[in-house]
Amino acid sequence: MTQTLRVIKARRTMLENVWRLLKSAPISAWFGMIVILIYAIAAVFAPWIAPFGEAQIVGKAYEHASDTSILGTDQLGRDLFSRLIYGARNTIGIALVTTLVSFLVGGSLGVLAALKRGWFDQGVSRIVDAFLAIPVLIFALMMLAVVGKSVINLVIILALLDATRVFRLSRAVALNSVVMDYVESAKLRGEGMRWIVFREVVPNILPPLITEFGLRFCFVFLTISALSFLGVGVQPPTADWGSMVAENKTLITFGNPAPLYPAAAIALLTVAVNFVVDWFLQRTSGLRDGK
Amino acid sequence: MASEKKRVKGDVLLEIRGLKIEGKSDDSWNPIIKGVDLNLKRGEVLGLIGESGAGKSTLGLSAMGYARPGCRITAGSINFDGIDLVAASEPARRALWGSRIAYVAQSAAASFNPAHHLIDQTVETAVSHDIMPRDKAEADARDLYKRLQLPNPDSIGLRFPHQVSGGQLQRAMTAMAMSCRPDLIIFDEPTTALDVTTQVEVLAAMRNIVEQFNTAAIYITHDLAVVAQMAHRIMVLRYGNLVEESDTRSMLKKPTQEYTKSLWAVRKLQKKESPNKDIILDIKAVDASYGNGMKVLDDVSVKIPRGRTVAVVGESGSGKSTLARAITGLLPTSSGSISFNGKDLPRALIDRDKDTLRRIQMIYQSADTALNPRQRVRDIIGRPLEFYLGLKGAARDRKVVELLESIELDESYIDRFPSEMSGGQKQRISIARALAAEPELIICDEVTSALDQIVQEEILQLLMKLQKDTNVTYIFITHDIATVRAISDEIVVMHKGKVVQQGLKSKVLNPPYPAYTELLLSSVPEMDPDWLTNLLAKRKKAAV
Repeated sequence: MTQTLRVIKARRTMLENVWRLLKSAPISAWFGMIVILIYAIAAVFAPWIAPFGEAQIVGKAYEHASDTSILGTDQLGRDLFSRLIYGARNTIGIALVTTLVSFLVGGSLGVLAALKRGWFDQGVSRIVDAFLAIPVLIFALMMLAVVGKSVINLVIILALLDATRVFRLSRAVALNSVVMDYVESAKLRGEGMRWIVFREVVPNILPPLITEFGLRFCFVFLTISALSFLGVGVQPPTADWGSMVAENKTLITFGNPAPLYPAAAIALLTVAVNFVVDWFLQRTSGLRDGK
Repeated sequence: MASEKKRVKGDVLLEIRGLKIEGKSDDSWNPIIKGVDLNLKRGEVLGLIGESGAGKSTLGLSAMGYARPGCRITAGSINFDGIDLVAASEPARRALWGSRIAYVAQSAAASFNPAHHLIDQTVETAVSHDIMPRDKAEADARDLYKRLQLPNPDSIGLRFPHQVSGGQLQRAMTAMAMSCRPDLIIFDEPTTALDVTTQVEVLAAMRNIVEQFNTAAIYITHDLAVVAQMAHRIMVLRYGNLVEESDTRSMLKKPTQEYTKSLWAVRKLQKKESPNKDIILDIKAVDASYGNGMKVLDDVSVKIPRGRTVAVVGESGSGKSTLARAITGLLPTSSGSISFNGKDLPRALIDRDKDTLRRIQMIYQSADTALNPRQRVRDIIGRPLEFYLGLKGAARDRKVVELLESIELDESYIDRFPSEMSGGQKQRISIARALAAEPELIICDEVTSALDQIVQEEILQLLMKLQKDTNVTYIFITHDIATVRAISDEIVVMHKGKVVQQGLKSKVLNPPYPAYTELLLSSVPEMDPDWLTNLLAKRKKAAV
């Protein structure tokens, strides 16, 4: 009986709550959040921050770093720094949209399967199992070869592949929530499926889903970069970190660090998101005191 | 054990002085025990009673020198037979646990490892503490099983935990605690999860074995009638403070503190039964079964009079909750019919129209699981208003406040989450949610059994008041006979899926009884320290 009777504390405002939360964050999470913030600003305000346009040719090919172009130029003489900033917009934007779509599809199917059980659950689960047996990258390569290389196709294919993993998680966590009396109570009231899924169940399984969102975003982001590197992802002249590594990869043999910048940008964001997710996971899973 | 330790009755075994314990919540430390003294002599049984949150479990565990994760002992001393448990190192304390101080938890089912035989777990402590070799320990365990009156004491140890009943498992756990012949056993609500008829056997077995080995015990419970049977002396706790302490008989006779008196005087409420010929719900020859084909309702016929309270009583597994599921349509019946206001109810929930759903509402045992923790009171109560009555915006909020007033809460509660309210307040919100639909029939499934005595009384009074105001009908499912006495007009007794008896309260609660009703009623503990002794003697005589 550890709980004690205690006077309800005065209600805090939303802002105070957020500040209290942030104050308790460890250094690693702060680092992660600041990095993500910088990336976000770069992505949103790319046209204003970047000194040159995305496809604007500013000098000769493979120029070294100079005052006008601080990271040098690429194989067509475009400013690497500007392309890096535009790349944030494209790569992160596509990854974000893909992850959102996969959560919308996978998440709602998962909760629905947990609620309905029976043949619906069996059917969807077995289809998902079949998809999970195929390696993502190979499957994506194959599908892109079939339907053609375009950003829309890329988003749809990756979102569907990722939705299978989201489905598994959301179904598992929803199973704990759907047996609660408040769900039964909603059924007895005569509520429709949409209300039960989005108003009764989803708010209660949000913490693990948000964590998974961070991790899934990283994986999608890496996959898109890998596909672009292989030349089937984001197509030129659109700036994209994966393809930027590929375009400039030969420079590394001449001691020019140009291909390392986009690669570092990819790595840094992945690490930053992971730091934040780790902190969030620790807070919500009750692993706080190491017990 | 061959060499019985020399135990002198009357020596002081445990002495706690000025104990303070704090618990952590929301990153701050709050006091749980605020300076309590406790003495325990060898062979003495001390009862600790109080409401949930009173600190009785925390105090009980501290007698082992143990503080739960998130708790810390901040002041005071705990002296167990000359050893200072606060100062003692973890290994030193661990050497005492199991061998000299044992613990019996509330849920035996959660305390046994489901993958091992009972006997392996019974002897584990004795063997691992090197008190006796395994074969001797096993022989001793069988002896303990016999003393605890378990059936087939020689072979029951070879069963797995899921192969014995809850009452048997609780006795096996007592045997486990006894295996090292400890000086002190802490019983933490050991019979709370059991049915009354099983509780009698377990209480008798535990009392018997503690006496036989002259073991001291701390018996933690919220049930006064139970503690009256078990303890020589009683301590009443509230908010981490000692309220009153004296020996059982004098405390039962004349408690001195107001709080203790209020605990003793529960169930002042007595509703006068009044018959009614107008039947709102007529259940005729209903059968129902779960997937495996086993019938959980077997030819059940019950008539529910309008504007009255019908209590459905029975032990766990009697089918009383299943009856509620059949009425609500969650579990479609396999045969028979249920008619509501003279019209047949469709069997399945999905075939019922919105207006029928509105008229039958349900209140659950645990408000913690019945209220969505992510919704505010405004939405919890407001949703049925919006859904059934089409109220929106300010009109909806006005009605929510009105409903809050009818359950005796003020409008400041409208923005709270369930976690920001006490158990009794949460249950009131559940009631308001049911009322919002303006129902004719409310099924109350054990609505008071998760609450403290005093809060129970308040909730029951509220339900009675609401019935008077709105003429709503209640089906009150419970295993608590005291509650039944207080509020019902009619009683339905169920056993193994069948209706044993139905009738007016005065008829069912007075002789002549059918055999099962008699067993059920006689098993309810009474506030008389000799009740258990007398009951056992009476049953023994009847058996001869």
